[in-house]
Amino acid sequence: MSEQGRVINYGDAGVEALREEMRRDASIVYIGQGIGPRGGNFRQTRGLWKEFGDDRLRDTGICELGATGAAIGAAMAGTRTVVDEVFLDFALEAITQIVQQAANISYMSNGKIKAPVVIRGAMGAVRNAGAHHSHTFYNWFANTPGLKVVLPSNPYDLKGLFKTALRDPGPVALIEHKSLYNAKCVVPEEEYLIPFGEARIVREGTDLTIVAMSRMVDLATKAAAVLEQEGISAEVIDPRTIVPLDRQRITDSIKKTGRLVVIDESPSSCSFAAELLAIAVEDCFDELQVPPQRINSLPVPNPFSPVLENQMIPSVDRIVAEVRRMMKSSRRKA
Amino acid sequence: MSGRLVTEHISPELLLTYYKKLLELRLFEVKVQELYRNGRLPGFVHLYVGEEAVAVGVCSNLEAPDLVFSTHRGHGHALAKGVPSRIVLAELWGKATGSSGGRGGSMHMYAPEYGFMGTNGIVGAPIPLATGAALSAKMRKKRQVVVCFFGDGAVNSGSFHEAVNMGAVWNLPVVYVCENNLYATEMAFLRATKNTNVASRAAAYGLPGVTVDGQDVVAVHEVASEAIRRARDDGGPTLIECKTYRYVGHHEGDPGTDYRTREEVQQWKQKDPVKIAHKLLLDSGGADKSTLDAADLEVERLIDDAVEFAEKSPEPAADSVNDHVF
Repeated sequence: MSEQGRVINYGDAGVEALREEMRRDASIVYIGQGIGPRGGNFRQTRGLWKEFGDDRLRDTGICELGATGAAIGAAMAGTRTVVDEVFLDFALEAITQIVQQAANISYMSNGKIKAPVVIRGAMGAVRNAGAHHSHTFYNWFANTPGLKVVLPSNPYDLKGLFKTALRDPGPVALIEHKSLYNAKCVVPEEEYLIPFGEARIVREGTDLTIVAMSRMVDLATKAAAVLEQEGISAEVIDPRTIVPLDRQRITDSIKKTGRLVVIDESPSSCSFAAELLAIAVEDCFDELQVPPQRINSLPVPNPFSPVLENQMIPSVDRIVAEVRRMMKSSRRKA
Repeated sequence: MSGRLVTEHISPELLLTYYKKLLELRLFEVKVQELYRNGRLPGFVHLYVGEEAVAVGVCSNLEAPDLVFSTHRGHGHALAKGVPSRIVLAELWGKATGSSGGRGGSMHMYAPEYGFMGTNGIVGAPIPLATGAALSAKMRKKRQVVVCFFGDGAVNSGSFHEAVNMGAVWNLPVVYVCENNLYATEMAFLRATKNTNVASRAAAYGLPGVTVDGQDVVAVHEVASEAIRRARDDGGPTLIECKTYRYVGHHEGDPGTDYRTREEVQQWKQKDPVKIAHKLLLDSGGADKSTLDAADLEVERLIDDAVEFAEKSPEPAADSVNDHVF
């Protein structure tokens, strides 16, 4: 990411990606609740209806199952679609269509039918939305063969990854984080794409590797800054897409540093953090100086109380404390 | 015979093609039943025996680019849309030459090259998919029509409600065809719902609903003809309820008599769609016995050829297992 240039927020970066791609590809149809004149609950389609109208910005009632199935069916028939679940939680109403139909269709049809559909939803804890509006189950999607899973952690990545998703044979689950919509960074006005399966080294370091997804990248970066003042050099890696996964870049870093901690907003059991720890053991066993660690949300439904929710989700303090502990031990001399 | 009509709209020549298609569907399923019972076919099969007039009556109105979405009981829909029996049977056999290269099987077979958008293992799921395909057709302005088959078991699902509602409000070129065979697996329709008149549900969504005798290929053809014409002319969707019956159990292995009486099954067999079409051709003078005998022989040979083709076809290469995931 360049340090200079135009700064926009995450929400507007997504709108810009859509606008560019909908202008480029007249077949793209966007389906979802409140995405027309209202411009989206998160302002994630702001201004698009005015340009593209009712035909291409298709507001629906509250019917995620029907709308998602329709988006998938349209994609199977040759129309590229985006279905906006708004809150990722609401994708559960449509999970059968996503998992059974969209993810399976290429395989079941021997590659004859593709479903170029982007399933878009915003996840995660923000402003104490409570248990029904805060889930982060991207690991479920990652365990579904046939589905690509994209987790943009900043506006630059969102624009580049969304544009790639809109050219992918699909299906792609594009999972934003609700608390990032106002996050800002430099986003080029000109066209660029970010390929799937290419992790980003957010910050280089030598003492340990922190892998973090989505909003957790910001926490990991803040923790790394604190640790730097203590003389600990943390390398922060953002996979950006967890399917496909840039296994090479992640394991290269672990081999270099000998230490891994994963920051993941999902609960730890069967989480994507668990997968990354398994990869570290499979590929980097000889290089690991300490057992790889994961920092996840606690395995509880998202509590409403700010005190309780803050206790539940990973924090900069938890990351810093865990890293300090890991740096105190070593199974071999560095 | 030429110039005459067997009914108001159907010539003897056309009716003879419907008869042959009905027989193809019937003999295909009877052969599948035999192969399955002999342990030749893997997986599960849900047979279409008794319901043939629905698929043939509807699909005889379709053009090649039109699309069909089908169900778990879908071999007949595939054949009626023009998918060759060879590649349907090869798929049931799990062979590389099958319509999905052996990756799909009975409930996941796709032949988009024939406008066949798949059988489906999930009851109700094709209804939103077909609705979306109709949205695509409308957006592409190709005057393409989408037909969605489903059973009475699907109409109490949320998929039906959400999708039919969307099809209506967006005025999409889709025809929703309910094959009401009175049982969802083992659950009698009248035990599953208070309103057993499926067509009447159309009023709730603001689209036309019509009920038709699903054993009579001519009756189905005529009702579907109007619905498909309306869809093609941007007149919106229609819900058609075809009253029909499966002679066999829910799937091969289910005797189908725990929840139905033998008398009921026998009664429905009196309204056999193949026999009805055969009789209509003879009675109307549309075809003589020798013509029909020749047609029977032709269809038998077609099925024999499909068996030979599927049996001799190669298995998929084991190391191709990772192909086509994305």
